[in-house]
Amino acid sequence: MTFLNHLINGISLGSVYAIIALGYTMVYGIAKMLNFAHGDVIMVGGFVSFLTVSSAGVPAIVSVLISMAVCTVLGVLIERLAYKPLRGAPSLAVLITAIGVSYFLQNAAQLLWGSDSKVFTSVVPFNSISLAGGKLVITPESIVTVSACIVIMVALTLFTAKTKMGKAMRAVSEDKGAAQLMGINVNSTISVTFAIGSALAAIAGILLCSAYPTLSPTTGSMPGIKAFTAAVFGGIGSIPGAMLGGILLGIIEIFSKAYISTELSDAIVFAVLILVLLVKPEGLLGRHVREKV
Amino acid sequence: MKLKKTTKQSFITILMVVVLYIAISVAKSGGLLTYSLKGQLVPICAYIILALSLNLTVGILGELSLGHAGFMSIGAFTGAVVSMSLTGEIASSLARLVIAIVCGAILAGIFGFIIGLPVLRLKGDYLAIVTLAFGEIIKTIINCVYIGKDSNGLRFSLENAEALGLAEGGKAIIKGPMGAVNISPISTFTVGFVLILITLAIIFTLVDSRAGRAIMAIRDNRIAAESVGIPITKYKMMAFVISAALAGAGGALYALNYSTIVPTQFNYNTSILILVYVVLGGIGNMRGSVISATILVLLPELLRAVEKYRMLVYAVVLIVVMIITNNKKAKLFIANIFAKITSPIRKRIKMKHAHETDEKEEA
Repeated sequence: MTFLNHLINGISLGSVYAIIALGYTMVYGIAKMLNFAHGDVIMVGGFVSFLTVSSAGVPAIVSVLISMAVCTVLGVLIERLAYKPLRGAPSLAVLITAIGVSYFLQNAAQLLWGSDSKVFTSVVPFNSISLAGGKLVITPESIVTVSACIVIMVALTLFTAKTKMGKAMRAVSEDKGAAQLMGINVNSTISVTFAIGSALAAIAGILLCSAYPTLSPTTGSMPGIKAFTAAVFGGIGSIPGAMLGGILLGIIEIFSKAYISTELSDAIVFAVLILVLLVKPEGLLGRHVREKV
Repeated sequence: MKLKKTTKQSFITILMVVVLYIAISVAKSGGLLTYSLKGQLVPICAYIILALSLNLTVGILGELSLGHAGFMSIGAFTGAVVSMSLTGEIASSLARLVIAIVCGAILAGIFGFIIGLPVLRLKGDYLAIVTLAFGEIIKTIINCVYIGKDSNGLRFSLENAEALGLAEGGKAIIKGPMGAVNISPISTFTVGFVLILITLAIIFTLVDSRAGRAIMAIRDNRIAAESVGIPITKYKMMAFVISAALAGAGGALYALNYSTIVPTQFNYNTSILILVYVVLGGIGNMRGSVISATILVLLPELLRAVEKYRMLVYAVVLIVVMIITNNKKAKLFIANIFAKITSPIRKRIKMKHAHETDEKEEA
């Protein structure tokens, strides 16, 4: 029973990683950049929801929507101000800019909301379900997180496969120049990608803070890094890959915490990542690109 | 005297470091430096060495490494253990410092080799993320390590301080998450300066050698380099190990400047900080790394006036500098302003020059 409990916790944490990883993978696929600030957008999402619920007394669901809206605007704004002027610049320059944005968001949050950690009240207003005489406890947060993750993945897969914008996204990620020649507006496509990624980050932030109820300006950075490794793990640029990578990473983390060592769990997560990349350098579901001379 | 272009450039860089050292030493003995600024001197040296060593990986080898703080950490903790366990044996603190730095460099180099074996098989972003993962693994493991010393020698444990089973009079050197405590701060600015010179000498000799040309050939076109018979793995490994060893030396210097160091100090944020120095200074440009590391370590210090907002300002400076140096329009804009400022001066020089030639012709 404890095994099942750990499994459920793992899948639940993994689903949060998966939602964050989806944002990473989409932005990487299209803009070919590591958006280091993604983790901090998660934190902003958490804070917006926290403030609207605790000070304005808005109902939980409305606060989620407000938080998504704020993060979407923030994501597009970051893209327009910091990343757009660097289109075509060397990838390291863009990486450093992303790091700058990440520092900016963390420090702005610290100035605005203080560096002490806040206690986040869960946005899910249900009680835990206990099965098998209280041995198996399923928190409502895990149910909501897992279902949100599934809904998001199905929606995103349909979106990229069926809609015009989704097709444009795939075209841009395949070949920016050719896409432009076909009449696709590359700039607006990239903006839409950032908007979707940031909205997902808001959801992930709220779910993360609901499950682990502390919130501080650095809340987002470690989950951000882990979600990025999850995206690489599953094969960067692939939507099902991000989902699979995220969930596996969550399960590995919880299991190593439970059965091996709490302190070493991060090391184990990263060691598994290294092993996978050595055996399959393109990630679990990534496409293998043949090298051409 | 006619020098090769690269030799001349290396010479200028070394000269710049020497002049900077003399200037700071004079200012220091003249009492011109504030207390906090004096405290920053050794960290500046350490970060310059780290930036230079990372620049070897990023600029010369052409691979992005996001786990450089891991090697720094290995060097730092090795240095702390060596220095503290030799306290009784060797009286001279300078000798202890040198031995600690050498040991730190060797151990970090060995780890560089072990990590390089799997890492250097990968490419691009995958290589970057794996180095990041290794950096985090090193941090997490050091977080669980306990090392102590008693009359029987060094003792080692992964559980807790009690499990070390130290004899009477023994002391714990590394205490897991609490890190290395009670280090005697023996690093000096002069040793840091000499270490910078050694680092520069190693890198310049390497770059100018046959091996260095092979490494840069791999960076510029791996397939072409392989097809003319350059052993890729050997040269990649060479650059990576040297880079790791230098980072270890820098780490040991850094650690022995403080009385306490904790493993979490050397997380991926530190790796990224060093990368920022390299990129802002110019990838592959050693002089740039020295300058940018110096300025950026001092920047938060100089921004003390705006205490509350200094990290915010730091972030904005980072973004703005990246955009100015990489965006075509911004570059042109800056160049125009610069031309406007300098054009009257240039005109005057031109007129003066014309005037002189006129006089000559008349004569």
